[in-house]
Amino acid sequence: MTASMTMTQALNSALAVMMARDDGVMVLGEDVGYFGGVFRVTAGLQEKFGKHRCFDTPITECGIIGAAIGMAAYGLRPVPEIQFADYIYPGLDQIISEAARIRYRSAGDFTCPITIRLPFGGGIFGGQTHSQSPESLFTHISGVKTVVPSNPHDAKGLLIAAIEDNDPVIFMEPKRCYNGPFDGYYDRPAKSWAGHPDAEVDEGYYRVPLGKARIVREGQDLTVLAYGTMVHVTRQVLAEHGIDGELIDLRTLVPLDIETIETSVKKTGRCMIVHEATRTSGFGAELSALVQERCFYHLEAPIERVTGFDTPYPHSLEWSYFPGPIRIGEALARLMRG
Amino acid sequence: MAKSGKTDTAAPPNRPGLTFHVPEPPFRPGDAVDYSFLDIPPPDRIPRPDETVEARQVHDLAYGLVRVLGDDHEASGSWDPRLDPAMLLRMLRKMALLRAFDDRMFRAQRQGKTSFYLKSTGEEAVAIGAALALDREDMCFPSYRQQGILLARDYPLVRMIDQIYSNRDDPLFGRQLPILYSAREYGFFTLSGNLTTQYPQAVGWAMASAAKGDTRIAATWCGEGSTSEGDFHNALTFAAVYNAPCVFNVVNNQYAISTYPGFAGSERTTFAARAIGYGIPGIRVDGNDILAVWSATRWAADRARLNLGPTLIELFTYRAEAHSTSDDPSVYRSAQERQEWPLGDPITRLKRHCIARGIWDLERQEAMDLEVASEVASAQKEAETHGILGHGLHQPDTTMFQDVFEHMPWHLREQCEQAIRERALKWPERP
Repeated sequence: MTASMTMTQALNSALAVMMARDDGVMVLGEDVGYFGGVFRVTAGLQEKFGKHRCFDTPITECGIIGAAIGMAAYGLRPVPEIQFADYIYPGLDQIISEAARIRYRSAGDFTCPITIRLPFGGGIFGGQTHSQSPESLFTHISGVKTVVPSNPHDAKGLLIAAIEDNDPVIFMEPKRCYNGPFDGYYDRPAKSWAGHPDAEVDEGYYRVPLGKARIVREGQDLTVLAYGTMVHVTRQVLAEHGIDGELIDLRTLVPLDIETIETSVKKTGRCMIVHEATRTSGFGAELSALVQERCFYHLEAPIERVTGFDTPYPHSLEWSYFPGPIRIGEALARLMRG
Repeated sequence: MAKSGKTDTAAPPNRPGLTFHVPEPPFRPGDAVDYSFLDIPPPDRIPRPDETVEARQVHDLAYGLVRVLGDDHEASGSWDPRLDPAMLLRMLRKMALLRAFDDRMFRAQRQGKTSFYLKSTGEEAVAIGAALALDREDMCFPSYRQQGILLARDYPLVRMIDQIYSNRDDPLFGRQLPILYSAREYGFFTLSGNLTTQYPQAVGWAMASAAKGDTRIAATWCGEGSTSEGDFHNALTFAAVYNAPCVFNVVNNQYAISTYPGFAGSERTTFAARAIGYGIPGIRVDGNDILAVWSATRWAADRARLNLGPTLIELFTYRAEAHSTSDDPSVYRSAQERQEWPLGDPITRLKRHCIARGIWDLERQEAMDLEVASEVASAQKEAETHGILGHGLHQPDTTMFQDVFEHMPWHLREQCEQAIRERALKWPERP
């Protein structure tokens, strides 16, 4: 049975399916219990599974993640929510020094199967503490996986796969896409997920494997590497410019599906990387280096990186900050000239 | 399927199973509200000790509730600061102004003039009482619900609204979420938006003031929910170690968005009692009694000025409205709570006290309410001549790149040129 779902509903469905299948799956975080989360992703879970399976926590990200690690050490599969990705920093020591290394330092004696959910990204007038995209902080750590869905179908399948994974997973949810595929035009009516093919979601259990990218659109002219919200924005821009681009939704940043990337860039000879996060030491830098190392003799033009600027996310100028259609369009033009 | 936990040794068969405790608030939507479980003492159940008392001699202050205004609206007891009528009326006016300001800005958000607002309704005494008890030169490290400090220190309303609107006169260039003010000249530290980060910073400022032989002290605020953050405990540790001249305020307004204080530890003890483990005085205060707030703040400030170090004050109050314009509390708490709240409303209580003292009457109250409303309205009108929130219309794109560093490095200069080029393409008529 499938149903049309928003990304919020699909994520909720993933949690409900996993809580029903495995009584070791526990959902915890600020306001996730009775209230159901500020973005409603955990709505109804406490009512359905009880307050011992889905519960509110003290406001301490360090405590939430540390406690989740301990629950995992016992043998549970906790799924902590951090209310905004921007709030994760007090919890970084527990992620970097602890969760990421528990398997390694104990030689597998202990493991850490936790999935940390992080709503991230801008475009909601959230200012600098409700808009950031900190994925490269996590991809830089050895021992955690980083996953970023772009649509309801993948969000559910990836979240289930992340919960079942025996390593810690940072699961980043593009909050601008919770209710619809944002195409970069903030000044046009918002699109909903209704009728979108990727919003037809199986109501039961299914997995979208970690470490596997998806070719959203096949093409010959160039390869676009994107994830999260930027998949939809880039797709729109390619259509406007009439460019036959091959659009790859990475879905998992670590471990990366390098085969799909390499095959595509060798075919098209051109590569554009798009992310909303700040540019310097962003994940685009890693992608650019990998493409250069593996596809150098196939490249017809320099690799283009389109990103947010290296500033805090501004409130009133957020659409000047956001890597929107104009910035992407300029990069496309340079790439196709080259 | 679930993996069961590993056990090292077999437990004796007759040992009872452990139970997992998750706190549960007293009321949910639809529940009848009964606050009779709260112990609301009369004024002076715990008399005011001398400022030079040792912390370990005043543990009872952390479990009591300092009050000055009784249910009869009279001020009494040793905590009564015996303020002169001019000060009482100043307090009343500042609180009324704050409420009018919050109401007007909330409506402005609903009218689409800004993206966000956050009221302090019901908590006016917390910020205004403390700000008026501190010296004007003392440094405040507030959380996001103490806009009353700015009002108490006569910060211009127009500039506050400019910030809320992110308009072309916004002193922060539209960079910050509305209400995240910064006002160094007014002793108001730049607001972060993240929780409790200001607590250890206040301690550092106080340490610096002490290290330099200065006379100014620091004060900081956070919510009861935020006491869970590590920064709260880091701050208290540092303050205790260095005897920092710092007043810590925990505003216990009963809600961290949807979550009741049980999830911050209130089932077992008070927030004021957090101080005891650090060896500093903790005082629990009726946060809706501005005379009690003033008196406790002055007690703590006096101690700090006497080189007796930090004090923690819990302000017991009630968040009468939503967490913010993004929140709807009717889905998680009983609507009856506000009317049943046993500590009343801070403005009403001071008003009744002033009337009881014969320095005020309802006619003057009505006139004052009109005056503060019109003061806010005219500030709003003036601010609107500087614009309301627009999609980046009010600030040149260069402002996005300034102040990342003192001097702009090459990569930001390049990105700034990119932003300017994009704007010219997007709005050719408005470069």
